[in-house]
Amino acid sequence: MSFSLNFYSIRKLLNIKRSKAFITNSVRLQSVQHAAPIKRICIVGAGPAGFYAAQYLLKQLSDCAVDIVEKLPVPFGLVRFGVAPDHPEVKNVINTFTKTAEHPQLRFFGNLTLGTDVSLEELRERYHAVLLTYGADQDQELKLPNEQKAHVVSARKFVAWYNGLPGAEDLQPDLSGRDVCIVGQGNVAVDVARMLLNPLDSLKSTDTTEYALEALSRSKVERVYLVGRRGPLQAAFTIKELREMLKLPNVQTLWRAGDFKGIDADFAKLQRPRKRLTELMLKSLGEQSTKSATESRKQFLPVFLRAPKSIFDRNMEFSITELQNNVAVATNATEQLPADLVLRSIGYKSSCVDSSICFDVQRGQVFNQRGRVLKDAKSQIVDSGLYVAGWLGSGPTGVILTTMNGAFTVAKTICDDILSHSIDTSAPRPGLDISGKRVVTWAGWQRIDQAETQAGKESNKPREKIVSVPEMLNIAGV
Amino acid sequence: MICLLLRQSRISCKLISKQVIKPAAYTSHHALHTTNLLQHGEYEWQEPKSPDEIVNITYVDKDGKRVKVQGKVGDNVLYLAHRHGIEMEGACEASLACTTCHVYVQHDYLEKLNEAEEKEDDLLDMAPFLRENSRLGCQIVLEKSMEGMELELPKATRNFYVDGHKPKPH
Repeated sequence: MSFSLNFYSIRKLLNIKRSKAFITNSVRLQSVQHAAPIKRICIVGAGPAGFYAAQYLLKQLSDCAVDIVEKLPVPFGLVRFGVAPDHPEVKNVINTFTKTAEHPQLRFFGNLTLGTDVSLEELRERYHAVLLTYGADQDQELKLPNEQKAHVVSARKFVAWYNGLPGAEDLQPDLSGRDVCIVGQGNVAVDVARMLLNPLDSLKSTDTTEYALEALSRSKVERVYLVGRRGPLQAAFTIKELREMLKLPNVQTLWRAGDFKGIDADFAKLQRPRKRLTELMLKSLGEQSTKSATESRKQFLPVFLRAPKSIFDRNMEFSITELQNNVAVATNATEQLPADLVLRSIGYKSSCVDSSICFDVQRGQVFNQRGRVLKDAKSQIVDSGLYVAGWLGSGPTGVILTTMNGAFTVAKTICDDILSHSIDTSAPRPGLDISGKRVVTWAGWQRIDQAETQAGKESNKPREKIVSVPEMLNIAGV
Repeated sequence: MICLLLRQSRISCKLISKQVIKPAAYTSHHALHTTNLLQHGEYEWQEPKSPDEIVNITYVDKDGKRVKVQGKVGDNVLYLAHRHGIEMEGACEASLACTTCHVYVQHDYLEKLNEAEEKEDDLLDMAPFLRENSRLGCQIVLEKSMEGMELELPKATRNFYVDGHKPKPH
């Protein structure tokens, strides 16, 4: 429908507009005198910590507006790029996050990087409070010679590769050898082992990226070692993840009986989780001798009490360790394990993306006191209005509940600080000015989401992840 | 009535309701983990059809506040909590993949609940503040015998592990 306006009607319209504008302005002025301005809070990082904090803030503060700034064009952080593709139930939490994102007082700004597109200083000027939740995107290193060689790959990158993190698609891990040696025994290590040993058919209906499925289909990997410095009683993996490994079809788990020497005696003192985990390991150990060497070609081989010592082209050398007060101490004895591919999985750390953040380089996390970021590490003085939650503040451990509780606690601290006027919210803050910036809004993400879901339907997958950032931006329409 | 009887056994009921709606492919695995006849949480919004169905329970929230709630036979206590604004998260939507609905069940009522399946126990092992009366809320479906039951939400504290140990990267 089109319509035209003559001069008279335009003038009339303008008059009406002007008078309306006048009324609203005066109303607004009045309300400013009576009510405090909207509390503007910026969250940097759209992962679980960011979304859970936003959820809490929006529920507890009736007069707040929350903006979530995210480096990637797409939200959900490790729920999208970390959680294993064969654990789709864990990703259900996206529904809760989506509800939060659709709250009228929340805005999502994707494709905006703190430190390059916007500085922390600018954010702090434009918001009453800034909460950093950008996670841990680096990994701990073995600090051994040859670690930079092509056959040594960080498990974090390997996970990013099969999960379609932009930038990780060119990893091209060499899966042409028979033996993979995973250094580290956390749940990430077990995830990676499972991805390597899982029958391919069980991954085809997941959101594993197509290029990773293709590479895994050509994989010659048959034996996966999972090597830890300490003993079975200190194993970092949890029982759910281990049980999944033990139930993998056509994969034989082989423990080393020697690693379990003397463990029966310690049993009574153990707490329930540790006890149940140890029981399961011992049960599996007991069954492996009675089980005939099945026809399964693939083997999962947990190895305890070995500390990485040297990396060679086709194997790795480990120091045999002894436990002293729960600490692994290397002896002079060594053992070599075959390793056509080495996957390093000994923990994540965060990076400091803006020089004004008080950052603990050694531990790879932000100095903070229960979520309040410190001005400097020594004085313990809090940098008012700046907060941290999630792995960036507490270190890269724990399950989603840990992150959720942490985010709720820090969000509560923000609410408390606003109510106690520790943060000055008397003057309004404008929020981020995104004009001229290529920002993906929530509507933009929904277009990407739809495109991925649609593409997934053709191959019977929940989604076919888009990996290229330009393509994401194109679909989002920015 | 048939459905009511079947609700005694949560799984079989879900199987039935699934059959009614989608006679297509399903397995017991699916019955446990996918949305059934009603969307998650919808059943809990229905009023009891008769007083016989009513089950009164009490939630004790994170701040220690007691909230009395009228539920009914067949209600999942996670979604019942949502209906009444009690802050029990359910990140994985009752698919047994997280621990965000961890609750303590009043001791007298522990044996009235279905025994926890292995997967629930495995998950509980990851929950902070684990106690012998810990359960996952999403696995508790109200029955008449649970009248008067009290469910307590754990206090939220950061980085507290069951054995008091703070795990650090190696």
